[in-house]
Amino acid sequence: MVNGEVVQLAVQPHRTLLEMLRYQLDLIGSKQGCDKGDCGACTVQIDGVPRLSCITLALHAEGREITTVEGLGAAHGGCHPLQDAFDRWDAAQCGFCTPGILMSAEALLRKVGGEVTRTQVREALAGNLCRCTGYTKIIDAVVDASRPQAAETDDTSATEEAAQ
Amino acid sequence: MSDEKREAWQIGKSHRKVDAMERMRGVTRYTDDIKLPGMLHGKIKRSPHPHARIVSIDVSKAMAMDGVFAVVTGADMPTPYGIIPWTPDETALCVEKALYVGDGVAAVAAIDEDTAIDALGAIEIEYEVLQPLFDPEESLAQSRDNPINPYARTGNLSKKVLLEFGDVEAALAKADLVVEGEYFFEGTTHAAIEPHCAVAHVEPNGLLTVWSATQVSHYLHRELAKVLEMPANRIRVIQPPLGGAFGGKSEPFDLEFCVAKLAQITGRPVKILYTREEVFYSHRGRHPMKMKYRTGFTADGKITGVDANTVLDGGAYSSFGLVTTYYSGQLLCAPYEFGAYRFLSRRAYTNKPACGPKRGHGSVQPRFSLEVQLDKAAVQLGLDPIELRRRNDMGAGAKTVNEFQIGSNGFLECLAKVEAASDWKTRRGSLPYGRGLGVAGSTYISGTNYPIYPNDMPQAAVQVCLDRSGRARVFSGANDIGQGSNTMLAVIVSEELGIPLDDIRVLSADTDLCPVDLGAYSSRITLMVGNACLQAAGKLRKKVCEAVAKRWEVSPKRVVLAQGMAIDGDDPERNVPSAQAFVWAEEDHGLLGEVGSYNTPKDRHGDYRGGTIGASPAYSFTAHVAEVDVDEETGVVDVKTIWVAHDCGRALSRRIVEGQMEGSAYMGFAEAIMEQHIVDPGHNGVHPGPSLLDYRIPTFVDTPELHSLIVEAHEAQGPYGAKEAGEGPLHPSIPAIANAIYDAVGVRMDTLPFSPPKVLAALEARRAAEAAGELAPHKGAARRTA
Ligand code: FES
Ligand code: FES
Repeated sequence: MVNGEVVQLAVQPHRTLLEMLRYQLDLIGSKQGCDKGDCGACTVQIDGVPRLSCITLALHAEGREITTVEGLGAAHGGCHPLQDAFDRWDAAQCGFCTPGILMSAEALLRKVGGEVTRTQVREALAGNLCRCTGYTKIIDAVVDASRPQAAETDDTSATEEAAQ
Repeated sequence: MSDEKREAWQIGKSHRKVDAMERMRGVTRYTDDIKLPGMLHGKIKRSPHPHARIVSIDVSKAMAMDGVFAVVTGADMPTPYGIIPWTPDETALCVEKALYVGDGVAAVAAIDEDTAIDALGAIEIEYEVLQPLFDPEESLAQSRDNPINPYARTGNLSKKVLLEFGDVEAALAKADLVVEGEYFFEGTTHAAIEPHCAVAHVEPNGLLTVWSATQVSHYLHRELAKVLEMPANRIRVIQPPLGGAFGGKSEPFDLEFCVAKLAQITGRPVKILYTREEVFYSHRGRHPMKMKYRTGFTADGKITGVDANTVLDGGAYSSFGLVTTYYSGQLLCAPYEFGAYRFLSRRAYTNKPACGPKRGHGSVQPRFSLEVQLDKAAVQLGLDPIELRRRNDMGAGAKTVNEFQIGSNGFLECLAKVEAASDWKTRRGSLPYGRGLGVAGSTYISGTNYPIYPNDMPQAAVQVCLDRSGRARVFSGANDIGQGSNTMLAVIVSEELGIPLDDIRVLSADTDLCPVDLGAYSSRITLMVGNACLQAAGKLRKKVCEAVAKRWEVSPKRVVLAQGMAIDGDDPERNVPSAQAFVWAEEDHGLLGEVGSYNTPKDRHGDYRGGTIGASPAYSFTAHVAEVDVDEETGVVDVKTIWVAHDCGRALSRRIVEGQMEGSAYMGFAEAIMEQHIVDPGHNGVHPGPSLLDYRIPTFVDTPELHSLIVEAHEAQGPYGAKEAGEGPLHPSIPAIANAIYDAVGVRMDTLPFSPPKVLAALEARRAAEAAGELAPHKGAARRTA
């Protein structure tokens, strides 16, 4: 299962999950920053747990449920509250680390099941490197998204005000 | 320009970026996400020697392999090039010699990556190994006997600059205090999370398209034309969305030439993606600098003169080194008045990956030295270090000692903001041993007054078109590298034309579609491209307002474009949607499109050789206070908080500016505490850890709390008063942390990074001096107990 759909695929035994996703399924959202388990850009969820797909063999995914960033918004009308919060906080600069960070952050929110602290965010995301943001806005966004009704309490962007 | 009385409806707000949501949804196509029919994969064979003559290359075995389509070597592209036109000292692949471990020697294109890697192994290269030089001073001494770069003109001296303003020796002689210091700034690298990648495709008629993760598409375009020996109008360069750059993608790299050549030979698209290891070896990061400083002060803390002597370790090629060498001295002359100033900077070739520009190009290293010098003076003179900086502030409209014209200047407000936010006055004196606060200031350019290659054309240009559905298209050559420049342009067009950001499409960094822009470097885009965009959008606004005014039979001055409408300013009940206003304007004028361009003022720099280098239309100012906790048992420096106050003139989009400030402060912190990009002479010039694990960069857990405090000193040269925000706020992190360490435990860290072994050694030395009665215990000996 990849993002809720059954996928049947022939893969060479030495292929990584990241290669399978990017090259065979065209799921380009998961990024390759190092290809050796150091940066976290390739983070996906396997049965709901964040994993580095660049050091996971594709065969390991057999019979499991894989969720990538492309599947993150599925249950939320295409846009997960985390994605919305990242957008409001400008938490993605280049955005290359973002898919992996979103997958780690979603697992944190699910685990805590309520408002998270800045320290919890720092610890849960310690395996995801970001070189652009200094992490501050990412922490802001994750904490924000963990609050109930994050969508209503946002300080809306000028564009949205204009549209009303 | 916008009307004075019109209230900004977008400028200064926070915005969702125009292209962020698709990045978040994982559908943005970065360069490595491009997949073309029949695409081949390329790989580059790299030298295992730091210095070697290439005797012969035999590619026949590789060529004979199944799945291998082409192999190229240096002989296929022998034209030397260089990002700085005066120093063309590199070739796409090595022709005669390999100059560092990792220098590209040959490239293959094959059916897939695995085959390409196998083919590299089948290329046979015979080298004559030469003596490598790793130390810049030794290299300078051996200029004659062992010249490194075959294209260099003056042996191993890549560039030398000596400039003196006023009589420095006299200024130091009359000083009440002369602080002397020696500093060493270890080199660091950019480590953008996206590795370099390029794809090339050739049409049957020979038209070449290169997609590249570059931050300077225009310069890449020029160099491709030169090296491939084809006219620029037969080449199209596209920069797809970029995964970070920080200066690390600001010149051509071997992979761009190789994909182009291989695509030409094979007639098929070719992609090369660097491995993380290759990213480290390609480098072009911050130069290691050895700096000797003498700074004179009056008893009340005024700087009388500064004397600087700097050796830059350039690595194997010039890169931007000519400019770096100037910047290492030229960018130091604000925000403080210097009385007199002299600097001698020499850049040496060494057999290492070439150094180049990293965020805060050339000036982060000397800024570290100077700001620590100021701190030492404050201690010796018994002055508060913030107060000492205030006393030396040059103010707005000043001329620096090296004759640069400063415009707006918010430095004092920056100092005041970090002083208040950190509760400096009450806390600094009362923090226990081990805890400390440190301050530092800096300045940076908003673009350079002169482009890299001399010409009289505009430095930036933008085209804006409106259509009858109420949308705008913005064509700009500028490279959005994640810093948000596409959104900055949309915000300006939105402000001027009254349509929401969602109705603006920005097309950028495609040399076929967009006007030329010089690229994302030297913090030039907001000021230069912003001005060009404002000019184009302003012309369109005039047309739209006139068309509406004509229908309403009022003066065009009454028509306000905002909130997705054209509104009668005197009677807001009267309004029409933007689309209607654009239709009226199109009826009157035909298709609505305007261009704007920007060129720099040419009267704001020094009248001496080199006096244009480092001169900018406007300067930003920054002050940081850092708070550290130093563990005297382990030598670990835990940076708790950095307060960052930055004068950006005007924040066009607030959160984006804050993000630049935080990202900059983070990057400075990283260099201060953990980063060092080195090769190991003991292991033949090999990088000791070319990975994101061994080259330590801070994680979420390591990074301090960063508080960004925006200061806005309106700048007449900038769009809506704006100046840069992307590089200036990096500089003070490093000296502020060094100065905080001194405040915490009484040791001076004059060599980067401030790693535990160095801190421990310094603490040992201090303890020994205290035991010998040479120094009083720091902070009254109140050592904390473990
Ligand atoms: S790409 Fe998987 S951890 Fe870096
Ligand atoms: S936003 Fe660029 S690496 Fe995180």
